[in-house]
Amino acid sequence: MRNTFPLWKNLLILSVFVLAVIYALPNVFGEDPSVQLSPLRTARLDQSTLTQVDQLLTGAGLKSRALELTDKRLLIRFSDTDTQLRASDLIKTRLGNNYTVALNLAPATPTWLRTLGAQPMYLGLDLRGGVHFLMQVDRVATLRQAEERYVEDLRTLLRESKIRYVSVDRENQAIQVKFQDDDALKQAFDVIHREVKGMEWDTAGNSLTGRISEVERRALLKQAVEQNTITLRNRVNELGVAEPVIQQQGEDRIVVQLPGVQDTARAKEILGATATLEFRLVDSEHSAQAASEGKTPLGSRLYNDRTGRPLLLQRKIIVTGDQIVNASSGLEQQSGSAAVFITLNGVGARKMADTTKENIGKAMAVVYIENKPETREVNGQKVVTSKKVEEVINVATIRDRFSKRFQITGLDSTEEARNLALLLRAGALAAPVEIVEERTVGPSLGKENIDSGVQSNQYGFLIIAVFMVIYYRVFGLFSILGLGVNVLLLVAILSLIQATLTLPGLAGIALTVGMAIDANVLINERIREELRLGLPPQSAIHAGYDRAFATILDSNVTNLVAGVALFLLGSGPVRGFALVLCIGILTSMFSAVMVSRALVNLTYGRQRKLAKIAV
Amino acid sequence: MEFFKIKHDIPFMKYGRITTAISLATFVLAVLALIFRGLNLGIDFTGGMLMEVSYSQPAQLETVRATLEAQNIPEIAVQSFGTSRDVLIRIPIKGENVNGAKLSEQVFSSLKAQDATAELRRVEFVGPQVGRELYESGGLALLLVIGGIMLYLALRFAWRFAVAAIIANMHDIVIILGVFAFFQWEFTLSVLAGVLAILGYSVNESVVVFDRVRENFRKMRRAGVAEVIDNAITATMSRTIITHSMTQLMVLAMFFFGGEALHNFALALTIGIIFGIYSSVLVACPVAMQLGVSRADLLAPERDASLDDRP
Repeated sequence: MRNTFPLWKNLLILSVFVLAVIYALPNVFGEDPSVQLSPLRTARLDQSTLTQVDQLLTGAGLKSRALELTDKRLLIRFSDTDTQLRASDLIKTRLGNNYTVALNLAPATPTWLRTLGAQPMYLGLDLRGGVHFLMQVDRVATLRQAEERYVEDLRTLLRESKIRYVSVDRENQAIQVKFQDDDALKQAFDVIHREVKGMEWDTAGNSLTGRISEVERRALLKQAVEQNTITLRNRVNELGVAEPVIQQQGEDRIVVQLPGVQDTARAKEILGATATLEFRLVDSEHSAQAASEGKTPLGSRLYNDRTGRPLLLQRKIIVTGDQIVNASSGLEQQSGSAAVFITLNGVGARKMADTTKENIGKAMAVVYIENKPETREVNGQKVVTSKKVEEVINVATIRDRFSKRFQITGLDSTEEARNLALLLRAGALAAPVEIVEERTVGPSLGKENIDSGVQSNQYGFLIIAVFMVIYYRVFGLFSILGLGVNVLLLVAILSLIQATLTLPGLAGIALTVGMAIDANVLINERIREELRLGLPPQSAIHAGYDRAFATILDSNVTNLVAGVALFLLGSGPVRGFALVLCIGILTSMFSAVMVSRALVNLTYGRQRKLAKIAV
Repeated sequence: MEFFKIKHDIPFMKYGRITTAISLATFVLAVLALIFRGLNLGIDFTGGMLMEVSYSQPAQLETVRATLEAQNIPEIAVQSFGTSRDVLIRIPIKGENVNGAKLSEQVFSSLKAQDATAELRRVEFVGPQVGRELYESGGLALLLVIGGIMLYLALRFAWRFAVAAIIANMHDIVIILGVFAFFQWEFTLSVLAGVLAILGYSVNESVVVFDRVRENFRKMRRAGVAEVIDNAITATMSRTIITHSMTQLMVLAMFFFGGEALHNFALALTIGIIFGIYSSVLVACPVAMQLGVSRADLLAPERDASLDDRP
């Protein structure tokens, strides 16, 4: 009897091994200190930016290792952190207005590997340091805001429809409209039904009680979460974080992850900023150019638009952000061009109507104002002050008298329309968010976590290797080689799917290794047992692998049950652990059975007269 | 090299009463520890705040405490962590409306003002609601794992074996939790993950032994139940001990080199491995015998012969 694998099986094992090596390889190259530029809002990022940056750096005598341009970012690699920091400062002062300039540690993966799509594992915040926030949108406040808007709207509506009412009030999550008589109520009921959407009404005596419908509640919450996500994304851009994660989680939560952020205080400040909007008329009677030279006329203020051009606006505010009920982007029906549709509340609508009626043909501007808390040190004391940043985000010509709903057209693209709508919504009174979970890991701890995680893997593996070789000799060596391939495969798969590797994940790798050896122990013990029973070596090898396999499969099922349950119900780091566990169980099946068997076959399998094996 | 060259079967079942009595006693102690001391749940489950601050000099815990008390931060606990230069500060969060982010900033800036070398290593803030959710999903995960394993065992074996294995494994969980309660070690999310992982791992110990028992019932036609079980345990003992020692070596590497973060995780795994072996062999088998396993039980889940050919 001989133990040989068919050629295809050997080739399969070999190719899996080669692939594993390739995709695990990026993890050994380390990282380049680099600076990353990404365009802010409308700024362009192209070859000319690259040339500009290159010239800037060469001019200052800063040597870069490589400049890489992708459609979303420009990455400039350096050999040392000192140059990186100096270059970052330089680029920030020159291009900081239009680009987010962030320090980054870019993987130093060689180009040939990158063209194959190979990347190093994605390290979690506990390994690279950074901030994790879980923010929750305040449901109660969101609904309260909505109810307040409805109250406002109802009053205006009734007044405009000339229906007399006694009062419109908010009461325990409901809105109550009281009338003097039944007639008024009936009239009002019709009008309200026609005009007010998203509420359910009941009548009792001379009053109408309305509640926000369930569908509307959900829509409001969804909108609030979206609105906050956008606002947060805008703010994070300013922090200059290389790879921020801002995503919705569940129904009413937002996860913000800022890898590598060290100044958590500043991060919180910027995330906590509030934004608002103002609609103002453009002062067309005076020259903005003259004003920018210091001759601002009375009743006007000088602003800059996004490209930095001066713009003169009237001091009088038409409408503010909290009067905006909704803003959405879409296509204008007549021309088919991109447009933003805005809905105002009652008060806002009236003001807007009055102003626009008198100013048809004139230009109106939208100013986006952010209030950012800023900590400054005054005489050694930390003082929190509020810094106001104002920017004109849109100028449009008034074509007609506006009402409650109006649209802004003349935008360059649907993309721009979408951005404007997002900013309008972000500037409208956003529902308050609260940080419900924070996990911050300092950079030094992150480094330590990697080291200790990797070290425990190395030492653990080493001890097991020594023991296995002593105890099972050649078969022990094969088992260890199989185990090594297991780790390689696991790392390759984790790199390939870019799953987040956390410290528990590293522990998961260690545990998988410790558990995977079980398969080889089972096989080796079985071979010994078959030999004891008097089977010739070749048959013993065959029987050992064959019979142990069912048990290996069996024992992995229970592990997988635990792994899957953890993955389904775990959060954050635990999930990472579970994922590693599950993948590790699958790879260990392959490596323990196939790889070690292939090695055994290649060594012993072809010998017709095998008298002894070292097990 | 070979450690276990055992010529005769060890009469484990003769000591069945003693081994079950020992484990019953451990179990009762664990339950008592859980009742009277309770688990020292980490902030993952209770909500609260935890900060790790590192100084360039050995930290003065008293100074740190005084600094924070001057800030009117209530009920803080300050202790050294790992090295003498690292300080761990715990702040319970009471009530729903505490702004954790602000609080952590306040704490750290006051420490920084007192000693400029203070370096923030870690902040963990878990709001009470998030804590409750993690607690619930943790409990749910535990139930799901137990349920999944029970289902698997029920499908895999006749009911007497299945029940015995389940009892053995439930007993493992209670003992791990009991030890954590007794020593008041902090029970965190990662410890829970460790417990669940080890649960899946140690169950297969029972599977291996029971498989062998089944095989023996076929082969050893004339032997009694106790002899059959003794032979099965003795035959698989080598594998059991080598396998678990390997896993334990890895866990020890985590314990010694993995730093503070993996400390309790490794502890949970260690207890799980030790009691896992003990219970799946020395509890599951006597229980199965008490339940009256016999050859007839083999008839229940008829499977192909290859499945029973295992070590």
